[in-house]
Amino acid sequence: MPTSLLRAHQLTCIRENRILFDELDFDVNAGDLIQIEGANGTGKTSLLRILAGLSLPYEGDVLYGQSSITACRDEYYQDLTFIGHLAGVKGELSALQNLSFSLSIQGDRTDNIDQAIDNVDLTGFENANAAHLSAGQNRRIALARLWQSTSKIWILDEPFTAIDKSGVAALEQLFIDHTAQGGAIIFTSHQELLIANQQVIHINLEDNS
Amino acid sequence: MTPLDHQSLNYTPLSYGQLFMKVMNRDLKVAIHNKGDILNPLIFLVIVITLFPLGIGPETNLLTRIAPGIIWVAALLSALLSLERLFKNDFIDGSLEQMLLSPQPLFIMVLAKITAHWLLTGLPILIIAPLLGLMLHMEPLAYPALMITLAIGTPVLSLIGAIGVALTVGLKKGGVLLSLLILPLYIPLLIFATGAIEAASLGMPYGSHLAIISALLIGAITLSPFAVSSALRVSTN
Repeated sequence: MPTSLLRAHQLTCIRENRILFDELDFDVNAGDLIQIEGANGTGKTSLLRILAGLSLPYEGDVLYGQSSITACRDEYYQDLTFIGHLAGVKGELSALQNLSFSLSIQGDRTDNIDQAIDNVDLTGFENANAAHLSAGQNRRIALARLWQSTSKIWILDEPFTAIDKSGVAALEQLFIDHTAQGGAIIFTSHQELLIANQQVIHINLEDNS
Repeated sequence: MTPLDHQSLNYTPLSYGQLFMKVMNRDLKVAIHNKGDILNPLIFLVIVITLFPLGIGPETNLLTRIAPGIIWVAALLSALLSLERLFKNDFIDGSLEQMLLSPQPLFIMVLAKITAHWLLTGLPILIIAPLLGLMLHMEPLAYPALMITLAIGTPVLSLIGAIGVALTVGLKKGGVLLSLLILPLYIPLLIFATGAIEAASLGMPYGSHLAIISALLIGAITLSPFAVSSALRVSTN
């Protein structure tokens, strides 16, 4: 019996008088790699934001352990790394400053930052202002947090956007390592993963509405 | 990087003080890159105050009488001008979202951001205030009162204003709504601050006015970070 890290219980989301998903139930267990699928506008981002506690569902609850995530924010957020559409990177600061700031406020490991910068191929750019870097490089600054993350649950909204092929391969390898160590990843992507398909659990929102 | 940077191994939660300093330093660093944002409200303040003697005429008696009111109203409007910056950029680039998802207490981060805002907008007003008083022929006796009311009053502007900004940060055009929400809340401060300066210029005691402004400040420091935190969670929903 795998241990459930996170449970979506009867989630319903309504936007602009349209039901995006209705009474959605699923469990996120240790070792799961879950891909949320669906066409544009089917509520993938809304679902991820609800799971992260940034938005409230119209009905239903997200449970972390036994309690609702709104009741135990501090514990849940210690165990969660969320990277959304927006990179959360300040253009005025360097890659290194951005990364070390977000790691320290997220309570992740702040040692070996050089290694994390190296993992996302930003060595040589670490002191450049993020505003002078490309979209993909800004995205990489945000993704570098994953290598330093101490949290079990990762929620990633389109992590592969603007990332080149070798970057995607490195990320996929990281995904495999993280799930092998008992972590869980929930992500959305329009790209087909290179990871063997049987490892990925698919949740299609179009089937549900 | 020096080898020292590598020694902070593994996760230990930041103390409230460390967290506060980290967030404040980051905001100050970001602001230094956007010098216009700091200078704009200040230049606005100076321009408004320069225009008054030109518009009213160089009649010193009249200017002396209305100086406290003019300085305070201008300070209030310039604070309003700078407030929107407090959370807007963080909201747009996603760093606000990351703060909401932090396991560290949000109210400390909010307080740090408000402090940075005051250092960038309130403190400069305080520094140039004597000059502004001089331009308006303010009564010499009133200078201490002007400085003290600005010193304890401008933090209140930032603290109360932050609540309004947090409530309107998700809106595309929150500017007008922000003024409507915030200006009424500034009125008590305006009344007691100008009252104190007026009393001082007549040589009367103004301790009671200061006590009320101090009470406003303490109330705002204790309550506003929590109100702002909740407001941010609501408006990013």
